[in-house]
Amino acid sequence: MNPTPVLTIFVASIFTNNILLASFLGLCSFIVVSNRIETAIGLGVAVTFVMVFTTAINYGVYYYILVPFHLDFLSYIVFIAVIAAFVQFLEMFIERFSPTLYYALGIFLPLITVNCAILGAVLFMVIRKYNFIQTVGFGFGSGLGWALAILLMAGLRKKMGYSNIPEALKGPGIILIVTGVIAMTFIGFTGILNLQ
Amino acid sequence: MITGLLAVGVNLGIFLALSIWLLISERILVRYGKCTITINDGSLILEKEGGITLLTALYESKVFIPSACGGKATCGYCKVNVVKGGGPILPTEVPFMSRGELRSGTRLACQIKLKEDIEITLPEDLLAVKEYRARVSLVKDLTHDIKEINLDLIDPPEIKHRPGQYVQIQAPGPEGTVFRAYSISSPDYIKDKIQLIVRLVPGGIASTYLHNLKEGDEVLFTGPFGEFRLSENPDTAVLCIGGGSGMAPMASIIDSIYNKWPDRTCFLFFGCRTTDDVFYLDKFKKMAEEHPNFKVYYALSDPLKEDEDWDGETGFIHLSVDKYLPENLDLQTFLCGPPPMIEAVKEVLKNKGYNPDEAFYDKF
Repeated sequence: MNPTPVLTIFVASIFTNNILLASFLGLCSFIVVSNRIETAIGLGVAVTFVMVFTTAINYGVYYYILVPFHLDFLSYIVFIAVIAAFVQFLEMFIERFSPTLYYALGIFLPLITVNCAILGAVLFMVIRKYNFIQTVGFGFGSGLGWALAILLMAGLRKKMGYSNIPEALKGPGIILIVTGVIAMTFIGFTGILNLQ
Repeated sequence: MITGLLAVGVNLGIFLALSIWLLISERILVRYGKCTITINDGSLILEKEGGITLLTALYESKVFIPSACGGKATCGYCKVNVVKGGGPILPTEVPFMSRGELRSGTRLACQIKLKEDIEITLPEDLLAVKEYRARVSLVKDLTHDIKEINLDLIDPPEIKHRPGQYVQIQAPGPEGTVFRAYSISSPDYIKDKIQLIVRLVPGGIASTYLHNLKEGDEVLFTGPFGEFRLSENPDTAVLCIGGGSGMAPMASIIDSIYNKWPDRTCFLFFGCRTTDDVFYLDKFKKMAEEHPNFKVYYALSDPLKEDEDWDGETGFIHLSVDKYLPENLDLQTFLCGPPPMIEAVKEVLKNKGYNPDEAFYDKF
């Protein structure tokens, strides 16, 4: 049992233990999709959505199916299958009930299946021994944190369009450097809150 | 051992449960019901079960719009104008659209999933497109890699096309049927057969298929497609510039012109590499004798071999255009050839005071 209060987990997973900036997870879609603010928001919302639900579902699957049968070594493959199935389901669900949101998220929804931040959040949930409420708080916070990071990067990239970047660093190179700098500033606050 | 069996069992169980969950939700959630497709303000109304793409729905109802990639959003041919419905444009479509098209609601039919009633407009021409079955009547070698293929129409027995239009041949490929566009080289007054000029592209699915056809084989194609409209004004001169196998549409245009207006002015500039690539020259020379206003210029871009005779032009074709094309004509231009040729010719046209943007061109 993890004694950290859920509010602490929530805030820390947004800022000091941001899943992207502290753990560097979900970088591929972060680099590709941060070129426009609108799409960055779209993917951020989708990731938050999926993260909350998949961590919650996988909590149930892990503690009520895998652990009682001592099959926790299957967790990776089961987690990924659950994530993939949930994303499929979510796509159908949103398409049916909110076409507007469906079109806004567009191709990002299926892309999330392979976003490692989602699997990362699920695995942290296991390693840190969160209970259900903490899990949901952590999933929600991590999703928001990821959305915040990609939104920051999209804003910066808009500005970077006008800056004089060395030829060799154009594209992903400068993005990784800037991500590193943002990460350092965020980690600077780990003295206030830190999740173990 | 027991752990192993248990692991397999639990894993199977979880996967099975997930699949069943998805199947059930698909049953419950993915129901669109009947959707109506209204084409051109109600000149054609189709009713279709939702869930398929607009392209598939149109094909099923025998409305053939051009498509070469089979619905993968890689060719960009299946453009339709959406008046109502269909949702916003998808990121997969944006690269194929110009600014004007983005504003006017142009979409790729293969990317629109039919979920609601939709209203679209199509060029009237496309509604006349049919699927044809034809039999190969004659295959003739024009050069070492270009063949002339003559097709007799079986069903429907006649095709109504304009000079400069093309058909889409269905060729069996390793991953299913592919559609490839070939211009019709026969004139518009011949309605019961069409002729194609096909260059063998190494490794090309459709050109290999067409080159291997024998007399009596059957071919399926859809058509005619293409937006070129020959000016009906007999005082407008027609300029045809082509290279390689780009001869087909121009052969059709020239033949059609002189069938209707024997005195109309027309220029044909045709670029080849060597004398081995020259074809139809005798035919056009004969036509030029009969019709004094028809001027033919063939140019060879490679140097002549030692024992060869050539009384035509040399150098790239745009140099001949520069040399022989008069200025201040009322001119309609048709260009058909590789992109660098088209760019060079457009530059020449501009220098002669013609607007190259008015030219109709086919890059390949």
